[in-house]
Order: sequence, then C-alpha cells, then structure tokens
Amino acid sequence: MSEAHKMDTPEQSAFRNHCKEWLANNHPGRPTVKLPLGALELSDPEALAWLQKWQKSAYDAGLIGCDYPKEVGGGGMDNCQSIANTEMQRVQTPYLPNIIGMGMAAPTVLFHARDEVKAELLPKLFSGEEIWCQGFSEPGAGSDLANQQTFAERDGDNWVINGHKVWTSLAHFAEWMILLCRTSKDDKYNGLSYFVVPIKKALGNGVTVRPLIKLTGETGFNEVIFDNLIVDDRYRLDDVGAGWKVAMTTLSHERGAGPMTTPASGGMAVEEEEGAQTNSAMALIQLAKQQYRNGKTAADDPLIRDDLIKMMIRQEAFRQNQRRASVPSLTDHPMRIPLQFKLVATEMAQDLQQVAYEVEGAASTLYVNDDNAPVKGQWPLAYMNSFGVTIAAGANEVQRNILGERVLGMPKSK
Amino acid sequence: MTEQPKNFGFGEDETMLKDSAQKFFSDNCSPDKIHGQVARDPSIHRPIETIWDKSLWQQVVELGWTAVCIPEAAGGIGMPLVAAVAIAEEAGKAAFPSPLISTYCATFTLMACDTDTANKALGDIATGTATTLAITNRDGSWESTDTDVSVVDGKLTGTAWFVQDAKKSDRFVVSAKGENGVGLYLVEATAANIDIIADGIIDLTRDQAHITFDAAQCTELAAQGAGDKALDAAMPSILTIVSADMVGAGEWLLQTTTEYTKTRVQFDRPLGFFQAVKHPLVNVMLDIDRTKSLVYNSACSIDSGESNTELNARMAKSQASDMAVFSSSRAIQFHGGIGFTWECFVHIFFKRQMHNHVLYGDAKYQRAKLADMVIGKAA
Ligand SMILES: Cc1cc2nc3c(=O)[nH]c(=O)nc-3n(C[C@H](O)[C@H](O)[C@H](O)COP(=O)(O)OP(=O)(O)OC[C@H]3O[C@@H](n4cnc5c(N)ncnc54)[C@H](O)[C@@H]3O)c2cc1C
Repeated sequence: MSEAHKMDTPEQSAFRNHCKEWLANNHPGRPTVKLPLGALELSDPEALAWLQKWQKSAYDAGLIGCDYPKEVGGGGMDNCQSIANTEMQRVQTPYLPNIIGMGMAAPTVLFHARDEVKAELLPKLFSGEEIWCQGFSEPGAGSDLANQQTFAERDGDNWVINGHKVWTSLAHFAEWMILLCRTSKDDKYNGLSYFVVPIKKALGNGVTVRPLIKLTGETGFNEVIFDNLIVDDRYRLDDVGAGWKVAMTTLSHERGAGPMTTPASGGMAVEEEEGAQTNSAMALIQLAKQQYRNGKTAADDPLIRDDLIKMMIRQEAFRQNQRRASVPSLTDHPMRIPLQFKLVATEMAQDLQQVAYEVEGAASTLYVNDDNAPVKGQWPLAYMNSFGVTIAAGANEVQRNILGERVLGMPKSK
Repeated sequence: MTEQPKNFGFGEDETMLKDSAQKFFSDNCSPDKIHGQVARDPSIHRPIETIWDKSLWQQVVELGWTAVCIPEAAGGIGMPLVAAVAIAEEAGKAAFPSPLISTYCATFTLMACDTDTANKALGDIATGTATTLAITNRDGSWESTDTDVSVVDGKLTGTAWFVQDAKKSDRFVVSAKGENGVGLYLVEATAANIDIIADGIIDLTRDQAHITFDAAQCTELAAQGAGDKALDAAMPSILTIVSADMVGAGEWLLQTTTEYTKTRVQFDRPLGFFQAVKHPLVNVMLDIDRTKSLVYNSACSIDSGESNTELNARMAKSQASDMAVFSSSRAIQFHGGIGFTWECFVHIFFKRQMHNHVLYGDAKYQRAKLADMVIGKAA
C-alpha cells in the first residue's frame, strides 16, 4: 500500500518531499570525531563542533523549528516538525546537540518571553550556535522541584542571583540557561520566578561551572554556582511569582507532552559495527546471533529468545502508541499516552540494554577501553547511562504519580 | 515501517460503530445484570448449563454486527476488520455472554476458504446463524494441522475439543483429516450422529464443549489440504479479535479498580493515595495501552493487505495475554477481601481474561512463534 502519507496536508506533503530531497544530498555521513551515545554526555569540544555543524545545516534547510513563527527564526508551518523528525530518522542522521534548548527552552521562551527576547534568542538556539542548559535541580530540590533555594533579588531593572544548581547538563558548553528560582520566601509555589540567564558570558563574573563525573566515567553534567549574577529584567519570563506555571510549560515538553514537537534527529549508531544500535531490539537480535553461550549462539537459547521477542514487542507497541496518540478519537484522555512516553521509553531502553548482558555473557564484563569488548562496549555503556534518563526529567516514580493522578484521577501522593 | 493510515482505519463509520456498541452495552449489559444472569449459582459443583440472553443476541444480529466484516457479495456489510475489533473491544468491556466473538472467528475462517459453500455459510452468519470453530484436539494444540477428527467418505468421525460457545451455536466449522490432508466441514448443531458435551468451565460468560462425531453428515467448506491453510490465513484475524475483547475487559478492570481505590478509605486516606496501589495500576494502564495499539495495528495491517499480518497479530496476542493476567490479578488484589468474593463483579472479568489468555495460544506460545519468524529456528 502506498497509503503512507495519505493524511498529509498539501503543506506537509510538499515539506516531506523537501526533507527527503535535502537529506538525500546533505546527510553528514559518519562522524569524523568520537561521539558519546547521546548529547547529554558531550564533553569533547570537537565532537560538539561536528554536531553543531550538522544542526546548523539542518536548520538552514528548514528542518528545525519548522512549526515556530517566522519572526522568531522558525519555519512558520503547521505540524511539520514531526515530519522532519521522521524523515531524518528514516535516513539515520546523527543526533542534535542542542537538545535542552530545542526540547525545553524553545517552547518556554516562545510561550512566556517578550517578543524581542524571542527574536533575539531563538534563531541561534535552533541553529545550534548557542547551546542551552536547564537550571532547575538543586541539592535540596530534585523531585520536589518547587523547593528552590536559589534566590533572585530585584535591583532596579536588574536581578541579582545567588544559589547552587546541580546536575546541569551541558552547562560547560552553554551560552544560556533556563533558570527556575525563588523571588519570595513567603510561598513555596507562588514565590518562584523564571529567567533566562547568560552562562558563558558571565563565567568568572557571577557564574562558576564545575563538572560532575557520572558513574560511567563520563562527564556531561555540572554544578553551577551563582554568586551575585546580574540579569536584566527583560530576561524574566512571565510575571514575578509565575515561575511554577512557566516551569510546567518546560516540564510538559520535557516529557514529550507539550504542544510543540521537539526537533529530533537521530538513528545513527555512534559505532559503525552491526549490533551497535543500543536502542534497538533488532540490533540486539543481530548481536545475539554472534555471541556464543554453551556452544550455541545466544539467539538459540530459548529463554534469551523470549526476552528478545518481549523487547521487540514493547518497541513495536511504543511506535504504535505514538501513532495512536495522534488520533484523538482513539484515546479516551488526551494526556494518557503522551504522559507515558518518557517513562515507557526510558524503561524499555534500560530493560533492552540489560538483556544485552546476558546476550554477551562473559564478554559483557569488558568496557569501552578494551578492544575485545563486543561492539566496543556500547551495550554495557548504554545500560549504565540508561539510569541517567530513568532519573532525569522527573524520576520515573514521579512520572507514575503524575499518570495516576492526572490521568486516572487518583488522590495525590505528594 | 508502517505504511498504513495513521488512524488505523478508524474512519467516521468505524468510530460511530464503536460509540453505538458502547451505548448498546451500557444500556443492555451492565455488570450487575450479567452477574445476576450468569453467576446465579456459585456452587463449585454446579450443574453445567448455558445461561445467556438470547434476545440480546437477536438485537446484535439486527444491528448487523455479525455481518460487519462479511463481504457484500456474500451478504454482509463489507467493513474492515477494525470495525469488528471496535465491537469486540466493547463486548469485552461488558463481558458480553454471546457467541459473537466465536462467530467472528468462524467468519474469518470461512472468508479464507473462498468456496461457494463457505460463502453461503457467511451469508447465513450475516443473518444471524451463530457459527463456531471446532478445530482443536484433545491436547489443546493450536496448530492448524492437528485434529482428532477424520473425514471418511464425506463423513466425520472423532472428537473436537475446546469448542467455544458450542451450546449457543447453530453450526460448527470442523477441521478433519483425510487422505490428502486437513479439510474444513460445516456441521449443523442439530445434525444426527453428533454429541455436544458441555465442559464445566471457569469462565461464566461463555460455554465450551467437546463434540463427538460418529459418521456425521457435513458440507465441505475447504478441500483436504486446503483447510489448514484457510485456518492459518484466518489466524491473524482470530488472534486480533480475541485480543480486542481482552483490551476491553482490561479497561473495565482498570477503571473499576481505580474507582474503588478513590473511595475506599484506610489509614484515613483513600487507597489510591498509596503508591503501592497507585503505581501498579499505572502499570496496568501502560500494559493496556500497549495492547490496544498493537491490536489496532494488527487489524489495520490485515485491512491493508500487508504480508506481515501474522507477526503483528502474534505480537498483539502475546501482549494481550500478559496484560490479561496482570490487569485481573491487580484488580482482585486491590479490592481486598471483597475482591475475593463471588459477590464482587471482578471475578466475572478475571475469569474471562484467564480464558482468553490461553485461547489460540498464550503469551509464551506466541513469542516462541515470533522468535522462529524473526530470529529463525533455534539450533
Ligand atoms: C543524567 C542526568 C541529567 C540531568 N540533567 C539535568 C539538567 O540538565 N538540569 C536539571 O535541572 N536537572 C538535571 N538532572 C536532575 C534530575 O532532574 C533530578 O536528578 C531528578 O529530578 C531527581 O531528583 P534527585 O536526583 O534529587 O532525586 P530525589 O528526588 O532525591 O529522588 C530519589 C529517589 O526517590 C524517588 N522519589 C522522590 N520523590 C518521590 C515521590 N514523591 N514518590 C515516589 N518516589 C519518589 C525518586 O523517584 C528517586 O528514585 C539530571 C539528572 C541526571 C541523572
């Protein structure tokens, strides 16, 4: 059947063709630098530069920010980002580096910043020239995000900011940060305000960024200290005291449940070998056919076969859920599926990567620094990194609270 | 990967049909009413009997629900499989006791026969002749070539086991082995030389029987060697429709249990406050959603005439079977003591789920098949 795109509007269909054509001629090919599995572990400036070049070319071709208004550097189209995403993933492009910018900062700025600030910030956000980070978490404010202690004090047309953020991904490369902080100690929620603040420009002048090391040995996140950072009031988003409301825009997009679709390239495995695609059940099946276990391949072991097929089914169900979520008449609560995405995707990847240990057997003990490791040790590395995302962006236990309360209407656990 | 319509083929007609099925069941088939009907006698040694509301079945026939997927040329309405899936889902949500699902399974098989006799039988289903498959042997094998019935000189001898809704059905589609392989044969429930022996089963919303044939008269639907192929061709649709029933039942269990945990108070809090209750119910929801999407995808791939329908259907049934067990076990557990009683409606759905869970192969069976298809046979 060639029904593939029978629901495309004329605009979408023309755009899809444009994407296809452009990608056929402009796929960047294999990276010339060593890339980590995902953007959250980027630490090598050359790796970043290579990915920024890819993001800029995709932006210049109109594949990024397509649904944002033209005045702010977007493409001014309707529901076209998901088409660009599909087409990029179809030809397995590299991931995009400015993920926090596109996924969280952009929609928040769009819905809550002043017009001139949108026009100032968003073009370089989409092009990837300016990397963004998110300053939400603090030592005492993780799942309990509203327990912010970082404080912004008004000083005429400026704000003076003091405090301590942790787990701030990409802060070491960031030009800008979306910052949630406190402007009043009188009310937990209504005492919060939201700013975009400069990082790179203010290094040594109110901002200190120090790397934190992940359990894999990689870096990627940081602690950020504010010591009398001065920020112009124009960079405040929405009203003083409306920070929690603004943060909800950020969080709903972070969970894939907001109105704007996040630009998402991807699909290219960072290692070239077969079976290196650490988010794919099919790749793990490939690997299982190569790994030996009791004189047969892992793919011949009935218990492992069952695990592999379970993962394949979950992946297909995830794809079909995405499809169903886009048809309002087939979901009885509009947020029921979108609010599941983060939780389901991260647990699925974690479970898949855990099966890889059994598939690899003794060889799963070998790490990326050992030449004998199967597919360069990518599977155990991916497994370890999988905990980053079951914790980040609202730990999955908290996601279950949200689903139970918002979708099933159960009483709040707090 | 998917080259199908984004909405799985749920157009205006299919959506309307689903809405009207929902309304029909909420008007006519409340859990209260079903319980009063099929759960009258809790005795563990109760007599084996078939209790159902035949007048409701008549209404279903008049609404055209037995005819939905039957081609217009054979006297049906000619809608896609998703239409039957929509009805089956609502029927499952109501635990509707009727030969509807079993008749759908026979319908798909007859559609795969592509013979005049089969087409005629389809026309009869469209006008309300309840028809069910008699294709399973004593061991409960789901393989299309396995049958304990043989065909000699055009007459059937042997026993077909695990026949669904046998006592509610007017006709049987029987698989039987002859010299040249397995064929399919139509037998009237009133025919001579057959004995329909009802099984004592756990599920209260259907009946089941084994049927003994002793040189029984029959009409050939698919010739020897073609019968198993017709069953294989119909199997994706059969798995899909049974899974759709399970999706509906799962949703009933989820909604009912969630409601209960909002009202029942212990330790000064509604039960749903506690995460040991809340989180597993969220997991049930995730499981149902996975299943529902896989079921719609399976139906749509069949409607789109794709070649990977068996793959899609077995994925759906595997997921449905796991979900069926999980959704019903959590429902009983979170109702506490009351959930363990005969009086509570949960057991009606629990028993229907556990029955469907094994029907045409449980989750592990489906995954073993899928592994052979996707990975290749094990060394
Ligand atoms: C790889 C990575 C990248 C990150 N990047 C960023 C970033 O760029 N910017 C940023 O601001 N933050 C970032 N974070 C921080 C992240 O948002 C927090 O780690 C997360 O919100 C959890 O907070 P916490 O670490 O304080 O854990 P805690 O809140 O202390 O939680 C610990 C455990 O308790 C559970 N728990 C907590 N509350 C409840 C509850 N009510 N019910 C049930 N269980 C509960 C949690 O689920 C978790 O399992 C990142 C984290 C990681 C791991």
